[in-house]
Amino acid sequence: MSRMSRMSAAATEKELARVVREHAGRLAASLVGLIGDFSAAEDLVQDAVEAALQHWPTEGIPSNPDGWLYTVARRRGLDVLRRNARHRDKLAMAAWPPRPENDDRLRLIFTCCHPALPRSAQIALTLRVVCGLTTAQIAKAFLIPETTVAQRITRAKRKISDAGIPYRVPDADEWGARLTEVLTVVYLLFNEAYLPSTADPAQSRDLAEDADFLATLLSGLMPTEPEVLGLLALIRLHRARAAARFTERGEIIQLPDQDRSRWDHDAIAEATRLIARAAGYRKPGPYQLQAAIVAVHAEAPSFAETDWEQIVLLYTMLDGLSPSPVTRLHRAVALRYAVSPEAALSEVDALAEALDGYHLWHATRAELLRDLGRGDEAREADERALKLTENPAEQSLLRQRISWT
Amino acid sequence: MKYVLMFVQTEQYVADLAALDDAERERAYGRVRQWFADNTDKIKSHMYLMPPHTATTLRLGRGEPVVTDGPFVEGKEVISGFTEIDVADLDEALRLAKSWPGCPLVEIRPVAG
Repeated sequence: MSRMSRMSAAATEKELARVVREHAGRLAASLVGLIGDFSAAEDLVQDAVEAALQHWPTEGIPSNPDGWLYTVARRRGLDVLRRNARHRDKLAMAAWPPRPENDDRLRLIFTCCHPALPRSAQIALTLRVVCGLTTAQIAKAFLIPETTVAQRITRAKRKISDAGIPYRVPDADEWGARLTEVLTVVYLLFNEAYLPSTADPAQSRDLAEDADFLATLLSGLMPTEPEVLGLLALIRLHRARAAARFTERGEIIQLPDQDRSRWDHDAIAEATRLIARAAGYRKPGPYQLQAAIVAVHAEAPSFAETDWEQIVLLYTMLDGLSPSPVTRLHRAVALRYAVSPEAALSEVDALAEALDGYHLWHATRAELLRDLGRGDEAREADERALKLTENPAEQSLLRQRISWT
Repeated sequence: MKYVLMFVQTEQYVADLAALDDAERERAYGRVRQWFADNTDKIKSHMYLMPPHTATTLRLGRGEPVVTDGPFVEGKEVISGFTEIDVADLDEALRLAKSWPGCPLVEIRPVAG
C-alpha cells in the first residue's frame, strides 16, 4: 500500500505541496544554470510539476521526488527544445544531479522579484518558479481567472528575456533596495493568505505555508539579514495564533476574545528567539518592529495584561522608520488602552483625510465612539466601514455590531 | 546589450531650470556634461531635441497625410533627448540611469535586433 492511500485528501494535498515546494525551485535553479534560459527552464519545471500532480496522488510520492521531477523535465526538454540545438545539447549532456552542492535559489528569487516587473507578476512568478505552484493553483488562491495568471507569467518571462533582466543576485550598492523588494513580495503574499480579501478562505490554498517556506528559505540563504529574520518571525507569530482567530463558521474572533490556550506557545517562543537574534545585528527595520509588536501581544497572558506602553513605543519607532497613517492608526488603538479612549480618538480623527477610504479607520473610530457613549456616531462609522470591505468575515462582524447597538 | 535612455522633461523641471540664476544653471549643465564624460565608455550616441513647440506630427494611412502642429501626444511630460548605451544587462542600464543628473524621468528600452 502506498504512503498516500493511508492519508486523508487534505493531508495528501498538503504533503504534495510540501514535496513540490521543496524540489521545484531547486530544479528550476539547476535548469536555468544548465541551459542558460530562464523562460525555457521554467516551462520544463512547470510541466514536470503538472505531471507530478497527475501521477503522485494515485501512484504515491516517489522516494526520490527530485530525481523524478528532473527526469520528466529533461525528457520533456529534449523533446520541446528540438529546435534550439544549443539548449538541447546542454540538457542531453547533463548528468543528475546537475549542481548538487549549491543552492541557486537566491538568484531565482531576485530575478522573480526584479523591480522592473509589475508587483502582481513578481508575486505570481515567485509562487510558480520558487514554490512550484501551478498557474491553476495561483489563480485559485487569488480568485482570478487562470488566463490572467498565465498572461502575467508569460509577459513577465518575455520581459525578463527581452529587456535583459539579469539572472543573478544584485551587487552591494543595490542590495538593500532589492532585498526590500523581495521581502515585500513575501509579505504581500502572506497578507493575502492571512486574510483573503474576498470569498471563502476554505476554498483557497494555504498561501501562509508558501510564505513561511519562502521566508525560511531566505533566512537560510541570507542568515545575517535581520529584516529577513524579522519577516520570518512575523509570519510565524501570526501563524502560531491562526487557529484561535476564527470560529468554526469562519467568523473573526477579535484579539480580546481569543482563547489564548489555543495559541501555539512553542512556536511563539521560537519566533521570539528569532527577533532577539535579529536585534543582535542592531539594524532595526519595519519587519523586526512589526514582529516585536505581535510578540508583545503573543506573550501577554491575557488581553488586560498586555504591555500597551511597550506597544505604543514600538509603533512610534515604526512610524519614525517608515511613516504611514495606517501605523499611526494602530498606534492610536494602543493608546486607547495605554492612555484613554479620548486620547486615541483625537489621534484617529487627525488621520481622517488620509484614511477616509480605509474600512479599519471607520471601524476603529466606531469602537472608540462606542467607548465614549456616542452610539449614533459609532453606528454611522460602522456602516461606512461595512461599505468599504469585501471580506465576508469582516462584513459579518460589522453587521453584528451595527445590529447590537 | 544595447539600450536607449529616453530623457523626459516635465513642466516642473523646465520651470525650475528657468528659475535658476545663470551661475546655478551653468552648474546644472556642468553636472550633465560631467555625466557624459564619466560614461563615454558606455555611451554610443546622444542627441538633444528642440523643445516640443517645434514639433510637427504627420498622420499617414488614412487618405491624405494630415499635418498637425505639436507632438503626437500632448502632455506635461515630453521627450527631450535620446542616449544609446551598450551595457551588460538591465541592472547596469538602471545603475547608469540612476546617476543621471538632469531631467527627472528616464525611460529605458532595449534596442531591437
